Amino acid sequence: MRDSPYLAILAVFVPLSLLSVGGGQAVLPEIHRQAVLSHQWISEATFLADYAISRMSPGPSSLIVTLIGFQVGGALGALLATFAIFLPSSLLMYALVRVWSRTRGARWQRAVERGLAPVAAGLILASCVTLLAAASGGWMVPVAAVASAGLLMTDKVSSILIVIGGAAVFLLVGN
Amino acid sequence: MAVETLREAPPAPEPPVPGPLALFLAFGKIGITAFGGGLSGWVMQDMVRKRRWVSEDDFLAGLAMSQALPGVNVVNLAIWIGYRMGGGLSALCSALGIVVPPMIMVSLFALVYEWLARFPGSARAIEGAVAASIGFMIAMGVRVGQRSLHRVATATVMIVVFVGVAFLKLPIVLVVAVLAPISVALAYRREVADAR
Repeated sequence: MRDSPYLAILAVFVPLSLLSVGGGQAVLPEIHRQAVLSHQWISEATFLADYAISRMSPGPSSLIVTLIGFQVGGALGALLATFAIFLPSSLLMYALVRVWSRTRGARWQRAVERGLAPVAAGLILASCVTLLAAASGGWMVPVAAVASAGLLMTDKVSSILIVIGGAAVFLLVGN
Repeated sequence: MAVETLREAPPAPEPPVPGPLALFLAFGKIGITAFGGGLSGWVMQDMVRKRRWVSEDDFLAGLAMSQALPGVNVVNLAIWIGYRMGGGLSALCSALGIVVPPMIMVSLFALVYEWLARFPGSARAIEGAVAASIGFMIAMGVRVGQRSLHRVATATVMIVVFVGVAFLKLPIVLVVAVLAPISVALAYRREVADAR
């Protein structure tokens, strides 16, 4: 290949960063199309394994790009892909919060903040449904999720303990 | 004297504002413990409920903007919170905290993936961790939802967004583009009415 794989990584992931409205999941189909179909960097099976790994690993699931970047260009490729997907959108957010913090407390600004709150609430509730639908593990998943929410809302049980507890219960009860 | 007092004891915000390192560590901790997506629920639990660094109002405003702009929601949220806590450096450290430690984790997971898959219980345990993690999103949804239920206008907006995205599977961009301006206009009318 004559062209640098690093440039190709940037050319694919920088635009996707700015297209990922609604979160990283929004561009997952496009990542698949680019990495597997157009550039043929990785096979379908590798993509699915990458997806599974990024789902079961903690943190933002967009980190699938770290794995793809590694498969295309080693450690440097992994770093480039990660920063390419996060940096452009982050700069945009940074610009917004700067402008927002400069003019504080104007009436229109309070209206925007208060007006966006119920939109955010609706999106949060929707992502509960999406996350539950995407999770594998059968009937125990919604039960455990609601139980974990109940425990969290007491503010008395540590977050990590709840996650370890979830893993332990699933392991003990089985399917 | 007054100047001296000021210098020695700056107007202590209650609770103390975290520095860049504290933000990096706090976001890093969330980054390596939050499974299965929906990390903003963790941020709320940790930084709004437990540490009380951010007010619920400020958190929600930031979350709504994070969702409206392109980018991974929790990374945008980290930039919002970091900047509000201490400007550019804090924003950078918060964003690095939520990206770099999980990036190392995902690389380690990739290394041990095939080895790990040989243990019969491993997949099941991760399903359990993911299920418990979804609880963070549900807890946040319940808390935030209650606030919006107080008014007919905000409750309607919330329910329309919820049904549109979760069940009608409408694109988030479209739903936000239509409902955010309506909701903001309604809020502006309330602001004007309250000022009178």
